[in-house]
Amino acid sequence: MKVVLQNLTKKFPSISKKGEDVIAVNDFSFEIPDGKLIGLLGPSGCGKSTTLNLICGLEMPTSGHIFFGDDDVTRLPPENRGVGLVFQNYALYPHLTVRQNILFPLENLKGKDKLSKEEMNKKADEAAHLVQIEALMDRKPREMSGGQQQRVAIARALVKMPRVLLLDEPLSNLDARLRLQTREEIRRIQRQTGITTIFVTHDQEEAMSISDSIVVMKDGVVQQIGQPQAVYDSPVNLFVAEFLGTPPINVFTGEVKGGKLLLDGTAVLDVPGAPDGEVYAAVRPEGFRLDENGPFVCSLRQVEVMGRDTSIVFDHPSRHSANLRAIIPSEERPKGSPETVRFALKPFKVFLFDRKTQERVPFETEG
Amino acid sequence: MEGRNWKAWLYLLPAIAFLGVFMVYPLVDVFVYSFEEGYNSASQSFFGVGGYNYSYVLHDPYFLQAVKNTFILVIITVPVSTGIALLISLGLNSIKPLRELYQTVYFLPYVTNTLAVGLVFMILFKKTAYSDGLVNLLINAFGGQSVDFIDGPYWAKMFVMCFYTVWVVMPFKILILTSALASVPQDYYNAAKIDGTSRFRIFTRITLPMISPMIFYLVITGFIGAFKAYSDEVALFGTDLNAAGMNTIVGYVYDMLYGDSGGYPSYASAAALILFAIVLTITVINLTISRRSSN
Repeated sequence: MKVVLQNLTKKFPSISKKGEDVIAVNDFSFEIPDGKLIGLLGPSGCGKSTTLNLICGLEMPTSGHIFFGDDDVTRLPPENRGVGLVFQNYALYPHLTVRQNILFPLENLKGKDKLSKEEMNKKADEAAHLVQIEALMDRKPREMSGGQQQRVAIARALVKMPRVLLLDEPLSNLDARLRLQTREEIRRIQRQTGITTIFVTHDQEEAMSISDSIVVMKDGVVQQIGQPQAVYDSPVNLFVAEFLGTPPINVFTGEVKGGKLLLDGTAVLDVPGAPDGEVYAAVRPEGFRLDENGPFVCSLRQVEVMGRDTSIVFDHPSRHSANLRAIIPSEERPKGSPETVRFALKPFKVFLFDRKTQERVPFETEG
Repeated sequence: MEGRNWKAWLYLLPAIAFLGVFMVYPLVDVFVYSFEEGYNSASQSFFGVGGYNYSYVLHDPYFLQAVKNTFILVIITVPVSTGIALLISLGLNSIKPLRELYQTVYFLPYVTNTLAVGLVFMILFKKTAYSDGLVNLLINAFGGQSVDFIDGPYWAKMFVMCFYTVWVVMPFKILILTSALASVPQDYYNAAKIDGTSRFRIFTRITLPMISPMIFYLVITGFIGAFKAYSDEVALFGTDLNAAGMNTIVGYVYDMLYGDSGGYPSYASAAALILFAIVLTITVINLTISRRSSN
């Protein structure tokens, strides 16, 4: 089912009487193609959960429209939209068994949709099979691990075969190993059912790893929409560049003069086509290449060998972000003086942003 | 190990001493009194040992009346007060404006003196040769005959007693139930809403099970409290409850000790132990039911 959000805006009245309204979601337009997995990404308070609540109908938008396929569902109550929602803390009914939890949505059906006992049990078994919890059907939620509860919650959301599946921070309550496993699982279930799925997360790695597209939000405004790798490789502004990627991108204050990027007065990179002016230069950790004669001279702080990669922590007078870190293959080691390290920069891993607007300043790169 | 044990007992000594003197000893003493026949508190003497005290109490029409009154009171007021308290709490939970004001108003009876409330009830329900209370004025307005609720037919007095008891015990139950309702996470309701659950089903399948431990707690303490009723009856009907036909088991115990016909600690002890047996039985039944339903 295609989901279309059209100029969606949600304002919350301010808590104090005189204050201004809080705009949680501001003029959000986006078309989600049928059967895709979309990650809504942003720091806490950016409006991504509100967006999810608008789509499932727990909140009504101040203005704008929501379409599922060709149906305008903007003013429909949640139960008539055909959505399944998996809550951050799962919200499994603690006094009911797994089977009863999964049956719960089916038992609400009335009139012509009403199912017989056998049909309901069959559907519940199918949903349980999909998330592989058949063996746990008679347990109570408290007798299961977080990952198992998560699966039950997904089964409960899927059992009615919703048109759209929504997941609110689906992995945040799981430990690191389970998180990795569960996100693969979510991807598999989504592929298998083909249900258009939207999930909310503040963890960029989570969003990048399984989404077909990601939507990066900040302060209720959509910053960038696109395929995860495309957004990573070509951020539209400094916020997106800083938000995506671990370790985070390295930001320097610099200047463009005559097609060259100057950091602390030294030209470190040719940036043909970029207009002169003050900029932020952002370099991905993998954008550094060790070079004994490289133009970018930095003071070396620490070298961390981490198996596959070596991580070099360094400092530079024009540093803007809290830390500077380069990731290089572990075969290479900085040579020469123990105090300094010299780099050459990979042009396609360097982004320039206007110092005032923080918008991207493009320059030409070869290849 | 042994040295440690010795220390543990030493630390427990203050508590054990107090409990022993003020709880265990009196309990044992009551038990002993109840089997001493013809005990005279002035001469501290008795004729023999046996079950006569129990036999006397169980054949005393005043005691049987007290048991009947207490049971009617318990059976009516516990479910009614819990049910109304639940309705009011649900109401309080679903309104936003003025909720705190209402909560305060509903809690007021809890901090009001029982005897003062009893007086107010007497005035509300009274019927004298000269003037009627508000309730009788209302009955008259609807074309009915005045009823003497305080000194009249048994059912009228029982009605006032139950009404009064419900009114007095409700604030605490409302307090407990509103906080229990507020502690049910909103996510459960949101999940139910998305699944299109009807309000009735949300109440029976989610709200009620989630707050059932608190309801059981209120029912059990409500039963125990109602079985121990006494002061409320005095507040409404005066100290001679036997004459009013409104005595309770605790009232009977008190009368046997200190009332006009009192001075019989043995009968009082026997009655107290019978009450204890009744309360114990009911509580065990309650607990069994609550365990079974929570599993």
